[in-house]
Amino acid sequence: MPQAIQTHELTRRFGSVTAVDALSLEVRAGEVFGLLGPNGAGKTTTIKMLITLLPPTSGSATVAGYDVATQQRLVRRSIGYVPQLLSSDGTLTARENLAVSARLHHIPGDARRDRINESLAFMGLADVGDHLVRTFSGGMIRRLEIAQAMLHRPEILFLDEPTVGLDPAARRAVWEHVRRLREAEGTTILLTTHYMDEAEALCQRVGIMHLGRLVALGTPASLGAEVGPGATLDDVFTHFTGSDLDEGGTYRDVARTRRTARRLG
Amino acid sequence: MTSLERAARPAAWAEPPAVLRFVLDAWTVAEAELQKLAHDPTELLTRAVQPVLWLLVFGEVLARARAIPTGRLDYIDFLAPGVLAQSALFSAIFFGIAVIWERDLGVLHKYLVSPASRLSLVTGKALAGGLRALVQAAVVYVVAALIGVHLQLGIPQILGVAVVLVLGAAGFATFSLVIACLVRTRERFMGIGQVLTMPLFFASSAVYPVALMPTWLQVLAKVNPLTYQVDALRSLMVSGGTATFPVPLDAGVLVLALAVLLLIAGRLYPRLAM
Repeated sequence: MPQAIQTHELTRRFGSVTAVDALSLEVRAGEVFGLLGPNGAGKTTTIKMLITLLPPTSGSATVAGYDVATQQRLVRRSIGYVPQLLSSDGTLTARENLAVSARLHHIPGDARRDRINESLAFMGLADVGDHLVRTFSGGMIRRLEIAQAMLHRPEILFLDEPTVGLDPAARRAVWEHVRRLREAEGTTILLTTHYMDEAEALCQRVGIMHLGRLVALGTPASLGAEVGPGATLDDVFTHFTGSDLDEGGTYRDVARTRRTARRLG
Repeated sequence: MTSLERAARPAAWAEPPAVLRFVLDAWTVAEAELQKLAHDPTELLTRAVQPVLWLLVFGEVLARARAIPTGRLDYIDFLAPGVLAQSALFSAIFFGIAVIWERDLGVLHKYLVSPASRLSLVTGKALAGGLRALVQAAVVYVVAALIGVHLQLGIPQILGVAVVLVLGAAGFATFSLVIACLVRTRERFMGIGQVLTMPLFFASSAVYPVALMPTWLQVLAKVNPLTYQVDALRSLMVSGGTATFPVPLDAGVLVLALAVLLLIAGRLYPRLAM
């Protein structure tokens, strides 16, 4: 079994700014891997390169064994992606949203219907399948989006800040669904987060990014041990990035997070 | 919940061949747009107000003034196809703002990480933009009939009008999509959309014959697809309508413009998500 994700010196520059700087990383098949870092660390840019939305400036990466630069369609067939923003269309019903994804992945008609019903039930949305998504709560939307990203049973699921803007109960519900999904499907999951409790709750291994570079890599426990006895992942984070967590990014980041939070809330 | 099994990976079902995939994907995108309209048709209905006003107010007044020489054709008969094309243009030209909105939300990213080709995605959007025009057409036909426009109501003529209208509106919707990909923000798009509509509209034969225009404007009108759309509509929609070009030539120009715009849009569309 090859690595689910493998990057080699993956780099992306925007003008003079290097958003991701020679990132070399391996994610094993079947694991939940957390990419941590403050806003602007390069997490989302990394994901965008891995899911073929953004071409790398240099370096290379394979996802599910396919090259992100030259085998984009094959990469896209093998992945599911839940963006930090909203991927479900509020002006369509849950079922219609799912149908769009299923059809773009060419799941045949009869299997499509069954699978949409199954995934609505799995995510606890069976009763609201025919309601417009704009009437949903934030947690319901996130669950629908995960269902939508999983309809074609991708090998690898990318979750970009999956619980940003959710209240604690909704966050725990999303975690629970991610765990169950992984148990049922064995999907490899790469998620980004800046919540340390989320990383501790879900991830087998984490990588900490800072200013576009990978500054630490390991299990939450091993990283804690590296920093000192009794260190939490919060301490690890501060140790490696030298920054307090809630410094809060640029005006644009803040505006975007607040906007997402408001829509989901 | 036992039904989610590991077995079915993507290889578990056969993919349709590439050409069929293109058609299916484009239709999936178009159908989603139409479903949205079905859930909330208010936008379409409000957009139908404007052509009605053009016919009832502008048309009736200028018809009485007899200021514009339109040959044997009554001015109101001359104007009706122009108003139909205009209403489709005005609604299609702002189509791109929905795409910017989808980018801001994140819905765009969902489409772009699917295996669908970029060209099929923009073709689906264009098709939806084209089909929207048919709803306005129905309203314009009813109002035109009420004020005594001499409509041709044969099935071939009505089908012809539908095809020409969808082609033209799809073209302008794609044009709008291209602009949206270039300007990238809603604010800038609104400004540019306003700037573009009026020249496209007035440098065409929509409200007066091209022959009335000064030479420089005639040149603009000749390269404006709207002129060809109106020309075809004029021969298909009203009885006694006189066209400058044969309908197949008009339709050919519209198809060519649409194809070129789709190719450009297919290249630019993914850049919106970067």
